Amino acid sequence: MAARDRHGKDAPWGEFAIVGKPQRKVDGLAKATGAAIYADDIALPGMLHAKTLRSPHAHARIVSIDASKALALPGVHAVITGKDLPVKYGVIPWTPDENALAVDKVRFIGDPVAAVAAVDEDTANEALKRIQVEYELLHAYLDPRESLTRHDPAIHEGRKEGNVSKNVLLEFGAVDQALATSDVIVEDEYTFHGTTHAAIEPHCAVAQYSADCVLTVWSATQITHYVHRALARVLELPPHKIRVVQPCLGGAFGGKSDPFSLEFCVAKLAMKTGRPVKMLYTREEVFYCHRGRHPMQLRYRTGASQDGKLQGVDARVLIDGGSYSSFGLVTTYYAGQLLTGPYAFPTYRFDSTRVFTNKPPCGPKRGHGSVQPRFAFEVQLDQLAEKLALDPIEIRRRNFVGEHTTTVNGQRITSNGFLACLDQVERASDWKTRHGKLPFGRGLGVAGSMYISGTNYPVYPNQMPQAGIQLKVDRSGLVLAFTGGNDIGQGSNSVVQYIVAEELGLALDQVRVVAADTDLCPVDLGAYSSRVTFMVGNATIDACRKLRTELVEALAAHWKIDAKRVRLIHGEALDLEDSTHHLPIVEVFHLAEERFDTLGATGSYNTPELGGPYRGGTIGASPAYSFTAHVAEVTVDVETGRVRCEKVWIAHDCGRALNPMLVAGQMEGSAYMGVAEALMEEHTVNRFGLHRGPSLLDYRIPTSVDTPELAALIVESLDPEGPYGSKEAGEGPLHPSIPAISNAIFDAVGIRLKHLPFTPGKVLAALAELRAHSGEPTLAGEAR
Amino acid sequence: MLRLPKFEVATPTSVGEAIALLAEAGPSALVVAGGTDLLPNLKHELATPELVVSLAAIRELVGIRVDADGALAIGAMTTLAEVAASELVRTRAPALAQAASLVAGPQLRTMGTLGGNVLLDTRCQWINQSYFWRSALGFCLKKDGTKCHVVEGGQKCVAAASNDTAPALMTLGATLELEGAAGRRSQPLDDFWIADGIYNKKLSHAELLTEVRVPPTAAGHRGAYGKLRERNSIDFPLLGVAVRLDVDASERVQAVDIVVTALAAQPKRLARVAELLIGIAAHGAEFERAVEAVASTAAKQCHPLPNIPGDHEWRKAMVPVWVRRTLRAAAGRGGPVHED
Repeated sequence: MAARDRHGKDAPWGEFAIVGKPQRKVDGLAKATGAAIYADDIALPGMLHAKTLRSPHAHARIVSIDASKALALPGVHAVITGKDLPVKYGVIPWTPDENALAVDKVRFIGDPVAAVAAVDEDTANEALKRIQVEYELLHAYLDPRESLTRHDPAIHEGRKEGNVSKNVLLEFGAVDQALATSDVIVEDEYTFHGTTHAAIEPHCAVAQYSADCVLTVWSATQITHYVHRALARVLELPPHKIRVVQPCLGGAFGGKSDPFSLEFCVAKLAMKTGRPVKMLYTREEVFYCHRGRHPMQLRYRTGASQDGKLQGVDARVLIDGGSYSSFGLVTTYYAGQLLTGPYAFPTYRFDSTRVFTNKPPCGPKRGHGSVQPRFAFEVQLDQLAEKLALDPIEIRRRNFVGEHTTTVNGQRITSNGFLACLDQVERASDWKTRHGKLPFGRGLGVAGSMYISGTNYPVYPNQMPQAGIQLKVDRSGLVLAFTGGNDIGQGSNSVVQYIVAEELGLALDQVRVVAADTDLCPVDLGAYSSRVTFMVGNATIDACRKLRTELVEALAAHWKIDAKRVRLIHGEALDLEDSTHHLPIVEVFHLAEERFDTLGATGSYNTPELGGPYRGGTIGASPAYSFTAHVAEVTVDVETGRVRCEKVWIAHDCGRALNPMLVAGQMEGSAYMGVAEALMEEHTVNRFGLHRGPSLLDYRIPTSVDTPELAALIVESLDPEGPYGSKEAGEGPLHPSIPAISNAIFDAVGIRLKHLPFTPGKVLAALAELRAHSGEPTLAGEAR
Repeated sequence: MLRLPKFEVATPTSVGEAIALLAEAGPSALVVAGGTDLLPNLKHELATPELVVSLAAIRELVGIRVDADGALAIGAMTTLAEVAASELVRTRAPALAQAASLVAGPQLRTMGTLGGNVLLDTRCQWINQSYFWRSALGFCLKKDGTKCHVVEGGQKCVAAASNDTAPALMTLGATLELEGAAGRRSQPLDDFWIADGIYNKKLSHAELLTEVRVPPTAAGHRGAYGKLRERNSIDFPLLGVAVRLDVDASERVQAVDIVVTALAAQPKRLARVAELLIGIAAHGAEFERAVEAVASTAAKQCHPLPNIPGDHEWRKAMVPVWVRRTLRAAAGRGGPVHED
């Protein structure tokens, strides 16, 4: 970590003028008025429309493809198949196992097989029906347990691990010994089902190939830089002949962080036809693209001393990866690596195995790889508290890992506001007077979590900065900030605007942001792992401080005063000791340009060396961790089995809240998503391997009337390395809502739900089992 | 976005004109009212009509009135939002107003019509899917295929009647006014259905539903509708229970009728309900005992199938619960019964 990467927690001019106050988002008005341009809004002269032919079989060999009848259809310009795009890719460079279009075999129902470009969508759809594909069916794997032991036929041929995608076994300290000497042991199994992102905007890409052989791809992506690299690889073009642009994005949540088939297809079709080409996925196709949360079967064994102190945790996790690797290597590590806070684990072992199945490929969804183990462990922690007759909040306090410490797996923790998070939710929910004392059918549950603010694992190994930014100063008084960061609705462009205005003393409307255009913007690795505010924010401060030095020096020379007396604020320059000295900042720009020539600056950020000294030790190592605690309040209807989440109190330590309104929005949105996963959503296939309901009618996400009251409680433990002390807020606040609901159900009616989702049928079955155990026709508590 | 197939649209301004268009075009022509069911079905290629006759411009099909004989007459093109909000409907046919208020979500109720809901096509997890999805399945009995995926070896389509308003109208003794090339006829709703999910109604292709008539209800009429669904908006019923409970001046049950829907191809009237309820007071311990008895006979009579999405075992467990709750709601002038 260089000096340029650390800028301290304090305001650049002593007190904050913009940061820490609610501010409008840079794209708020454009979105609200419908003026924002999304990928599907792009229409170019002569543009063709493309569609994808998909596999109707879960696992099959392609014997032959005959597209002659499709090509003969008037209005069809080109048909491409796997032969046109034979180079494999994958977002993780070590596991390139995807083709833009299937080569030789298909691996799930919905796998892309061919693409057509035609004058309009209807002609393209008609052409798809005329492509004849002959398949030879293969055994389809729908159960991950089968993929563990059966490897013939292999879903991906030529791998020595067969259908096992990745295994990680790591042990820290003497776990078995610690468990053997623990006063109490809790051991149990948990299931996390699959869920998907359900972003409102479907995937869409438009490509144009110019006469001078420059390929431009506009895509609804959250990782412009990786798409750029993947296009160069697959299309075998020099990277400098490719430009990738992310237009305004209608939600992503991790679902747009892989390179996708449509990006390669529109590019290839544009090159082949000489016309611009657009492809917009249907909602059904978005469900097939998936890359959603991995289903996991989890087994935890936890030992503790009589006073509730954890002694050892032993975990075994089976991960259903679906048909491709995607981020799976990272997922398999995250499923173990991110659990070692906010509680101290003296010893820990995890054995995570990801397998391939013939289902839509899983990938990163908000809280990548760590929401599932967090659910299991936080329920187990509640079971431990029950066994020891400890208050569930108290057991979490007792095991607090601390701040400025290192976890058992070698992760460096800096700031840590977890205890304050627990205090806040305890107070706000009136926990002490209500937990365990509410009428039968109503209950409170707590859970905690931590999450990364980016990681120092840059997906492809390199020593270059993770984030870069460029500032252009205009004689008009405008500063343009060019960032490779992807604003996916989380507000990262707004954060850049706030920081530039804060640093240079500008009014917000004097800063505009150009983002996620590989021709115009310096590289940023993209919007994933909750890295953008932390990393791009630091890079922005770095660039601003270089520029600020020039502005201040030019002005100090002009006024013939010491530079320390200069203050830039709200678009004005002031002399702190002489009120007759004041200038609009645009004139300072002129003074500085006279003195230093054309003005501009670049800024960068790179992570410090982090992580444990073992293979995989850097995966999950973050420059700063966010911490969260939730209390959920539920009611359970024992007659119907319906669980209703009434309210969630969300306390989240995001370091300094750069814009508290945006932070609260992320916290509420995260908790909403968690509640949805706990009670409603289920991404799954039926006995034929067909997606059970690839539509927003059948894939149930809560409507506004199904959404609980959400109370965001911001905790600010200023981080020594975050921009002004800030950390992430986009993913961490999702984690605890799911286990908190399970724990609240236990408080409400005395059943432990360990297998997601918590459907009414499961609740009724658990209640019936409880009644059978207690030997009473009705539960004791029902009379309460 | 899924594309609509290509078809011609005709917008007649009178019922006669519409019927003539339908008669001329033959059985492939379809009628569109609000379009909230038809358009998604067309996008899924469940039908590929050459002509779609829109009823949107036929003014005579809109409106709610009370006729000289005291019957409530509701034009087929009256929106569900209007039916739900109508004071006439709410007071004379509360179960219908409640059922209309729970169809889909607010935006869809301002487009969807009463006629469209009564004539809603049956639904099934194996049919309400895109053409690609159904082709990957190998299709099913209801369209393009030969196999039923709900009942192994099943020869009869069991797609579920999912129209919330139909069971309510059945408890109200409603009649459909139908008009075709051969003239007009009044069709009691009770006798309108066929136990076949492929096409579950006695309505020929050139016939139009013009009006729904609800005979005058008794002074002591009470009614309620209960809808089971996963979300509190948008979703089709996982179970629908309509109750009519007429009481006399001393609050004793004079007449009772319960119709359950979202089970199979047609709404199902519960048997042996009258003998359990008639003559007893619509409140108190005796009523509660009768409600329990009705709920348990309902559980024996209703057999939800894995036709619509979701856990059919849970739907089965919910039959007595929803019957109980909806009966109590009717007795107490409450309802609708749902999760909110």
